[in-house]
Amino acid sequence: MAEFPKIAPLGDRGILISFGDEISPETLKKVLFYKSKIEKSKFKQKIEVTNTYNSLLIIYMFTIEDIYSEFSRLKSLIEEANISKKRNYRIFHLPVCYDKKFGLDLDYISRVNNLTKSEIIQLHTAPIYQVYFIGFLPGFLYLGGLDEKLKISRKKTPRRSVEKGSVGIGENQTGIYPKNSPGGWQVIGRSPVNLFDKNNVQPSPFSAGDKIKFIATSKEEYYEIEKQIEKGNYKLKTENHEG
Amino acid sequence: MKAEIEVLQPGLFSTIQDLGRFGFQKFGVPHSGVMDRYAMRICNLILGNPEEASVLEITMQGPQLKFNAPTSICISGADLSPELNGEPIENNTFIEIQQGDILKFGTRKSGFRSYLGILGGFQTEFIMESFSWYEGLTENFRLRKGIKLSYKSQRLAITETHSNLKLDINYLNRNEVEVYPGPEFDQLSATQQDQIFNSQFKTDDSSNRMAVQFKEDLINELQPIITSPVMPGTVQLTPSGKIIVLMRDCQTTGGYPRILQLSEKGIQVLSQKFPGEEINFKEVKYPEL
Repeated sequence: MAEFPKIAPLGDRGILISFGDEISPETLKKVLFYKSKIEKSKFKQKIEVTNTYNSLLIIYMFTIEDIYSEFSRLKSLIEEANISKKRNYRIFHLPVCYDKKFGLDLDYISRVNNLTKSEIIQLHTAPIYQVYFIGFLPGFLYLGGLDEKLKISRKKTPRRSVEKGSVGIGENQTGIYPKNSPGGWQVIGRSPVNLFDKNNVQPSPFSAGDKIKFIATSKEEYYEIEKQIEKGNYKLKTENHEG
Repeated sequence: MKAEIEVLQPGLFSTIQDLGRFGFQKFGVPHSGVMDRYAMRICNLILGNPEEASVLEITMQGPQLKFNAPTSICISGADLSPELNGEPIENNTFIEIQQGDILKFGTRKSGFRSYLGILGGFQTEFIMESFSWYEGLTENFRLRKGIKLSYKSQRLAITETHSNLKLDINYLNRNEVEVYPGPEFDQLSATQQDQIFNSQFKTDDSSNRMAVQFKEDLINELQPIITSPVMPGTVQLTPSGKIIVLMRDCQTTGGYPRILQLSEKGIQVLSQKFPGEEINFKEVKYPEL
């Protein structure tokens, strides 16, 4: 068996599968392939599988009764699996208003990274970002793909409250605050879209494996979308891709 | 009339809990659920409830509650000197409730978290397949004066006495917390490993349902890791040497080295520790796999 994926117990209610140290869309593809494989297999009790950049954690609702059989079953499941090359994905168009009303730290980034505001917006809206997983807070997306030129350190003193929807940069990560919360990221804009709705069967519109493109919108469009969301008739624009 | 409990006094910190939300981590939603599963199980077994029926988790100082309809209750976990209409009642027993009865709690005798089970479980807000209260998800996230807690008023003809139920409540006074090595345990130096298993750690006041912390630090040079999955019972070590035991309301992922992993028994024991009480970590080894 190759060195990865590596499988190991985590306490008496978890089994951890690791895929090395690399953060890349290729690693994510593997991680998600095994994730769905495991989710489809039969377990003697309720489980759930969480993924990050390079690992999967199978959490059992109760203490694992027979770790030996469980372990060998999962091991062979992983060894036998032939990873498929193809994986369909969606690209979501996420509106963001980069107006200075919302982009509280645009001036700061502009100064420190020696970029004009329109260059910042251009650099932030150009990539197609990979959703690696949702974690930390309900609805918080871990995104990959930020342009090196936008890399900036977190605020020395975090803000006591960052508005819901704020789009920020912290080191080489970019993300959106799903709710009002304290935060240390440099804020460059705001999205009117709800990242977490507890009353929805699908509380977040996104899942690990999806991709996102930020679309710069004017203040007028921002408020218009906000109104539509309130009325419940806003739908995120998506593109379906194969491969 | 709806069967309800009226909260006359909220006490320190109480929440409705069950086994928590399962299947929503992919949206970043914490599991939640009772800190001490054993105590919840005892309550429900004695009442003849399904094991996952929701209970009230009571921390350190109990509330004062008034029942407006007959039912039955059972209290387990910490002994907070419960009284029914001014008369002392015992933990881990089946107690019948009449309309207008008042339950209150007094001095803490043992443990830290007490559990109030009720016939059929509490019928409160059900969000994402769970009754567990969690700030941001449920309307209520801690017991407040005036809140009403619904339940099904019913009478139970007891067919089983559960006299054969073997209780082990000694864990309330145990200081040994069972741990397995975590994924980054091997990165610790021999000195650090030795320090972990041969020191006493005093639980810090900042401890809550999200994490238990300690007054003592470790000398640490381990760097943060790539954000990775964590679960209740995961023990993290911060760059400044703080040891953090993640508990039921913990986030789903984390970037600190995961040095240990508590067993379910370990979580049960730690859940009952009063701030300032000392614990020691006892290593459990994984079987040869």
